[in-house]
Amino acid sequence: MAKLSKILTEPLNLNNPVTVQILGICSALAITVKMKPAVVMALSVMFVLSFANVIISLLRNTIPTRIRIIVQLVIVAALVVLVDQFLKAYLFDISKQLSVFVGLIITNCIIMGRLEAFALGNKPLPSFLDGIGNAAGYGIILVIVSFFRELLGSGTIWGFRVIPMSAYAHGYENNGLMILPPMALILIGTIIWIQRGIFKELQGRS
Amino acid sequence: MKINVQSNLYTFIYASVMVILVALALSLAFIKLKPLQDANMQKEKQQAILASIGLKCEREQAPELFKQYIKQSFVINISGNKIPGLDPLKISLEEQYHKPLKQRQLPVFIAEYQGQKIYVFPVYGKGLWGPIWGYVALDKDLNTIHGVIFDHKGETPGLGAEIAQPWFQKQFIGKKIFDQNGNFVSIAVVKGGAPKNDPHAVDAISGGTLTSKGLQAMLHDFLGGYVNFMKKVRAN
Repeated sequence: MAKLSKILTEPLNLNNPVTVQILGICSALAITVKMKPAVVMALSVMFVLSFANVIISLLRNTIPTRIRIIVQLVIVAALVVLVDQFLKAYLFDISKQLSVFVGLIITNCIIMGRLEAFALGNKPLPSFLDGIGNAAGYGIILVIVSFFRELLGSGTIWGFRVIPMSAYAHGYENNGLMILPPMALILIGTIIWIQRGIFKELQGRS
Repeated sequence: MKINVQSNLYTFIYASVMVILVALALSLAFIKLKPLQDANMQKEKQQAILASIGLKCEREQAPELFKQYIKQSFVINISGNKIPGLDPLKISLEEQYHKPLKQRQLPVFIAEYQGQKIYVFPVYGKGLWGPIWGYVALDKDLNTIHGVIFDHKGETPGLGAEIAQPWFQKQFIGKKIFDQNGNFVSIAVVKGGAPKNDPHAVDAISGGTLTSKGLQAMLHDFLGGYVNFMKKVRAN
């Protein structure tokens, strides 16, 4: 039981997929301009990753080693297409928000990474928890980054204005750099720096 | 019997069965969900057309209000003549965009809202990353812009994607697409800010230059397809 909860909680901090494993950076740059799409993206990744993990884990003893990457890709791609189709039919507004980002899930290295590293060698339940945990770890970083980018880049949080219009009248300006991808990279770098400063055990590992 | 998971034959069969099963599942999902998706798209279209004449509503109310306010809708060709037998809501602008001008089938919607007759012309073009489209609503004189709605598939958030924002679209209201001699000049999207009181220009988006240019081209080329129709109606 302790082992299972460790599988679930370790990716949140000490084994975070973004800041420790440095995976999934590409999508973390692309979708963190505003908080809402970032959260929806994190939830979609959670769905796809946990189910792909379970499916691969169930099939793990039948998959021929030589084509395992192809099998993983087909399953991930099929899940993503299904999610996309369901969103378009039943949650049209969310699907509009995500638009191109849904396709990005397929190329999210976290998903392939977890399938390779965990689901191929573990039972379905731990694999499921590993999927939830890693997607949550990814989600936390997205939320932190998008919080700062939206606040400083657009003056809003979750679409609501927090920096009052009167501040703009007095010469305050949104930081245009925050909207562009390089700033996300700098923010993630800062998060990694702070995290490694607090948790010394991470320092020796890289 | 123990199966050799690594053998060539097994690998081959495994791959084939997997691909067929996945393909089946996906096509089933696609066929089952298609009608729902199409209904959503159509409602969204109706919602956008209503928004262009200045009537904001929820997507679910759109079909009913559409029936109420859109009095006429038909499809025209490039010379401005009606093509009978086509449903204007079912015309795919993307398909029309890729056709040569002479073969285009262009939908037109005529609304009556708050006692005014308003013409709505759908437009479609290229942004920076993908397609952009919109609806241009003109007053009865077929010259003054009553309102516009633009949308896009994947322009950069905060930059090109701003074409979908009210502040950008508001600029178009009251602008004119014909000059004083009756020539079609469309609307220029000017980088660095449009001159004040210019009836044919609006401000571009800083950081969204390529999207702004695409939008300008769309307003010139695609909207230009309706010019013969507009001239005919204005002549009457």
